[in-house]
Amino acid sequence: MSLLGDYFGSSFFELLQVEHPQLVPDLSAWSGSAGQMIPHGTTVLAMRFSEGVLVAGDRLATAGHSVASRDVVKVFATDSQSVMAISGAAGPSIEMARVLSVELEHYEKIEGESLELEGKANKLSQMIRQNLPAAMQGLAVVPLFAGFDGRRKQGRLWKFDITGGRYEEADFDATGSGGLYAREALKQGWHEGLSGPESVELAVAALTAAADEDRATGGVDLERRIFPVVKICSESGVVDTDEDGIERAYREILSRRTVNP
Amino acid sequence: MSMPFYVSPEQVMADKAEFARKGIARGKSIVALEYEGGVLLVAENSTSLSKIGEIYDRIGFAGVGKFSEFDQLRKVGVRFADVRGYQYSREDVRGQALANAYSQAIGEVFTREMKPLEIELIVAEVGDDRYPEHGANALYKVTFDGFISEEHGFCVIGGGFEEVEGVLRSDYREGLALGEALELGRRALDAGGDRGANLSEGALEVCVLERARLGRKFRRLSAEEVKGILEG
Repeated sequence: MSLLGDYFGSSFFELLQVEHPQLVPDLSAWSGSAGQMIPHGTTVLAMRFSEGVLVAGDRLATAGHSVASRDVVKVFATDSQSVMAISGAAGPSIEMARVLSVELEHYEKIEGESLELEGKANKLSQMIRQNLPAAMQGLAVVPLFAGFDGRRKQGRLWKFDITGGRYEEADFDATGSGGLYAREALKQGWHEGLSGPESVELAVAALTAAADEDRATGGVDLERRIFPVVKICSESGVVDTDEDGIERAYREILSRRTVNP
Repeated sequence: MSMPFYVSPEQVMADKAEFARKGIARGKSIVALEYEGGVLLVAENSTSLSKIGEIYDRIGFAGVGKFSEFDQLRKVGVRFADVRGYQYSREDVRGQALANAYSQAIGEVFTREMKPLEIELIVAEVGDDRYPEHGANALYKVTFDGFISEEHGFCVIGGGFEEVEGVLRSDYREGLALGEALELGRRALDAGGDRGANLSEGALEVCVLERARLGRKFRRLSAEEVKGILEG
């Protein structure tokens, strides 16, 4: 039967590889100089708070020393209980987030139930491993993955390296060119039992700190009214923090800074 | 070597159709109904092996007959839709294309293979008010020989087909509320079986494609929800 095809499993990514190889994002043919030419996303962070997990990212993408885009989105809801934030080469990273979200939905529809959060993180790590040849050419994908674990009733987060190495972080992490500074800010401000609004404020503060020290990180742009994306994932699903909330948090930080420069 | 007996093509087809009909007649029925808020799918099914499934944002699937065969086709549908949606856009995945693909595949098995598929399918697509050209609901029925038809208002597949459709034909009207549609669906399925009693919520598999929902419009109703709707 022609419609049946050659693949009988539950993975969308494997389905593409077996039946539609032309649709698999393959970047391994790029030469080493590609890393300089294509846009890169910069700082993203994730942290656990009382009701789940928060994931945020600035909006700037750079190509070499130039701005490639000021309002790129680097934080994606991959399903109703998980979020992926990307840093590294923007094209392949965004494509990977897209494939992952189809993958999770596909599995859920084929099998009739969704993967455990750990299973989702593991799947992402396999996809990053597939991208290793391209990563060696400078097209690295180094995301953060976070979500609400329905069994443990808490938020969990993972960071990855270019080889697909998967490391669970207990409380928070940040990655990308400004990740170091953002992580420092998180280390200063994070404590157990952060409330939702407190965690939003801390996320904005950390991105602001990163934007201050790292020229490739965007931060809050009041002039153009471009705000970081802050997604909150809890038991009830994934929601975006509205721009007013982010602006309020940012103005709070600014006022404190003006008093005590 | 002896010559095989000659059997006319008409006879071959008639025998195959007879065989498939018998297989399908042994099973229970499924109804799909358009109601004011979308499309309702109701199956008589007390097991956890689903006969109704989600294909894509606006598309649902229902199958009767041999479980292994229609469940395989459900998965094929999910693969077809997900690849399309990934390759183009989510709005490009349409029920009609899927129903056509099913029709071709099932028809091909019917003509080429010794054993036809003992199944019938419904592909249900709910309209989306955000896009005028995607506003209408669509119900497609594909039978064991690959015959495809578009139905309006309601659609029935399975064993007690004639009795079930009889009830719907006399009592269905446009713009039913969810509760009314579910009650009608249950009454129609009652007519198809030879039990005579009201089917309880535990014996029904109920799914809806909700117009007003954003993104994935398919939702499976729990037994408690079904009970609540039927009593309320």
